[in-house]
Amino acid sequence: MKQNLFGVALVSACLSLSVHAETVIVTLEKDNALAVIDPVEGKLIKTVPIGQRPRGIALSPDNKYLYVATSDDNTVKIINADTYEEVGQLPSGEDPETFALNPAGDRLYVSNEDDHLVTVIDTVSKKAIAEVKVGIEPEGIAVSSDNQWVVSASETTNMIHWIDVKTNQIVENTLVDARPRAANFTADNTQLWVTSEMAGTLMILDVATKQIIKKIKLDIQGLTADKIQPVGVVIDNERRWGYVAIGPANRVAVINAQTLEVEKFLLVGQRVWNLAFSPDQKRLYTTNGRSNDVSIIDLENHKVTKSVGVGRFPWGIVSKP
Amino acid sequence: MRQIILMALCLFQINLLYAKPVQVIKISYITQEKKIPAALSNLDAFIQNQGMMGANIATDDNNTTGQFTGQKFELNRIIAPVEADLVKLFKQQVSDDTPFIITNLAAKKLKQLVDLDVAKDKLFFDATTIDDDLRNKQCRDNVLHLLPSRSMRADALAQYMMKKKWTQWFLVKGMAEEDELYAIALKRAANRFGITVVEEKQWTHTYDARRTAQSDVPVFTQGVDYDVLVVADEQGLFGEYFDYRSWIPRPVIGTQGLVPTAWHQTHEQWGAVQIQNRFKVLAGRKMQEQDYGAYLAARSIGEAVVRTKSNKMKIIKDYLMGNEFALQGYKGKALSFRSWNGQLRQPVLLAAARSLVSVAPLDGFLHPKTELDTLGFDKAESSCNRMIESNGEVPLEVNTKNVNGFEETVNKLIQQLMNYYNNLNGNK
Repeated sequence: MKQNLFGVALVSACLSLSVHAETVIVTLEKDNALAVIDPVEGKLIKTVPIGQRPRGIALSPDNKYLYVATSDDNTVKIINADTYEEVGQLPSGEDPETFALNPAGDRLYVSNEDDHLVTVIDTVSKKAIAEVKVGIEPEGIAVSSDNQWVVSASETTNMIHWIDVKTNQIVENTLVDARPRAANFTADNTQLWVTSEMAGTLMILDVATKQIIKKIKLDIQGLTADKIQPVGVVIDNERRWGYVAIGPANRVAVINAQTLEVEKFLLVGQRVWNLAFSPDQKRLYTTNGRSNDVSIIDLENHKVTKSVGVGRFPWGIVSKP
Repeated sequence: MRQIILMALCLFQINLLYAKPVQVIKISYITQEKKIPAALSNLDAFIQNQGMMGANIATDDNNTTGQFTGQKFELNRIIAPVEADLVKLFKQQVSDDTPFIITNLAAKKLKQLVDLDVAKDKLFFDATTIDDDLRNKQCRDNVLHLLPSRSMRADALAQYMMKKKWTQWFLVKGMAEEDELYAIALKRAANRFGITVVEEKQWTHTYDARRTAQSDVPVFTQGVDYDVLVVADEQGLFGEYFDYRSWIPRPVIGTQGLVPTAWHQTHEQWGAVQIQNRFKVLAGRKMQEQDYGAYLAARSIGEAVVRTKSNKMKIIKDYLMGNEFALQGYKGKALSFRSWNGQLRQPVLLAAARSLVSVAPLDGFLHPKTELDTLGFDKAESSCNRMIESNGEVPLEVNTKNVNGFEETVNKLIQQLMNYYNNLNGNK
């Protein structure tokens, strides 16, 4: 046992020494900062001031830059992913909250909630190149990995808008349950998973037909429907498991991505909001807005292994190899 | 310039994309202008036609969705002058093919309209009243109520007071009929949650700040100990005078001080800040409760129309009263209508002038169906004999009366037992 522990310590010490150690970066909405975590050690390494009300965050495909929406500064900041220094800003439009990068990393699609627009930004020229008029209060946004579709979920119109990447035009709209929050494609781009905060559902959409093929009502014994407010959703690359953060229910739903049935619920911190995989998809990280921590879930056993205090209102999260 | 052309082209394209056959949904918004009341202070300007902007914004929102679904929402705005004959105006200006009416009218006027023969096939959305009677004995089958009733508000306050353990209330009510109703709701809530009204007094003094505030209030509140001063003054004639002027230092709650309300300027959670901002830009002022009521009314119609693809009253009503309906109202919980009396179930905000103090229902107040039904008259308590066809629930009187009769008997028994028990304890 002692030897084991020593082994673990040694391995993790080596890992933390290694230049390529994984780091997890979290936006702290109330602290106006980024929290940098070592997820293997389960430790907060540091916090870095970033700007007013940081929320959405993404990592460039080459892992060199972080994009962070600082909502109250009305900009998306470009941050050096090693030094955490600001290297530039993107014209995001007002009050940017969520955005998505295309696979090549040269287009950034921002939801402008107040103006009911999706702004398309060229990350190279740092210019807005198109605006797409969508429904009221667009929020969740995702780009398919084959770079065909951008989907935007509008919270008050209750629709998924399918934007053709080539033309930046809406091609189709799918009516979904009330207040859709987040959307994500499966790795094979055949399905789109969408959460509805008010109806407490996860909807699986078929990308080919743009229709809902399955609706999963998330019920948790002992909690009334009011507490079931799904937000963030991710699906692993093999499409074995999908995970849904259920906000004030303080749980992550584990969904069998083949049968589309709920496998179990994992208790995490309060008001769990967004989710991110580790690069090897062996761990899942959650931002817990109310309890100010990040939960680390071991995906081999589906067990919550650790909680790391990060600062006030952790919101967005990415992991960097 | 190039950008403008590009924008125009984009808009044109959008129009082309969504040029489907259009289904028109006709909604009338009807209100009557109010006499400008005597102002307590000049801090808050009187807002004529409160509510209208809420309906406007919701109609815009509906039409944004409509451009994707091939539906068009038309809002016919009717503003009756102060002295106008509302019934006549209604008959003249609301077309037969308008199925949905949003009203910003007092209970008395509302009743005149909804009982008209021409109103039978219309569905009314009452965006203003807070009367419990309209939701109980006086309820109508063709009316839905958007704002929380007095009893819902009082229950919200009481829940928070229970949490604070401020359970000794000094109740002050005004001379108006509404104040009496508010006081009744407060006493009902006190009774429900185990709060004691240690003193109940009516304010009969003047409403003159110079005289009243410093001299009358201390005397008025003297001679009794309590936790909070609960004010029932819906017109806002004297309630504001109590804070800082009572004989002993106690907080003020009720219609002034900490107020239970459907909407408030301090509310920013759950996306509320977005609608607050949008409203301010469009209306040039802050969103008020009646704006919120009208907003919810038009949004309810929009939601039901988009989901059912129908503009028929019966279909929309069934959908609204059914289990599928879930309205996003910026309060963190899905809003829906109570099948037994058409009241929109919703969280109630507890707000001080510049800070949102809490949101009811509070944690720990449990309910078998939804915690939102811990506020106001629950199904078994309601005396509304509303015909509920849509849910397949047993309609009408016989059943409801039986339930009430049974409840009464049980309550009496409980009371007798408690008296017996208290006597036993007392005798010891």
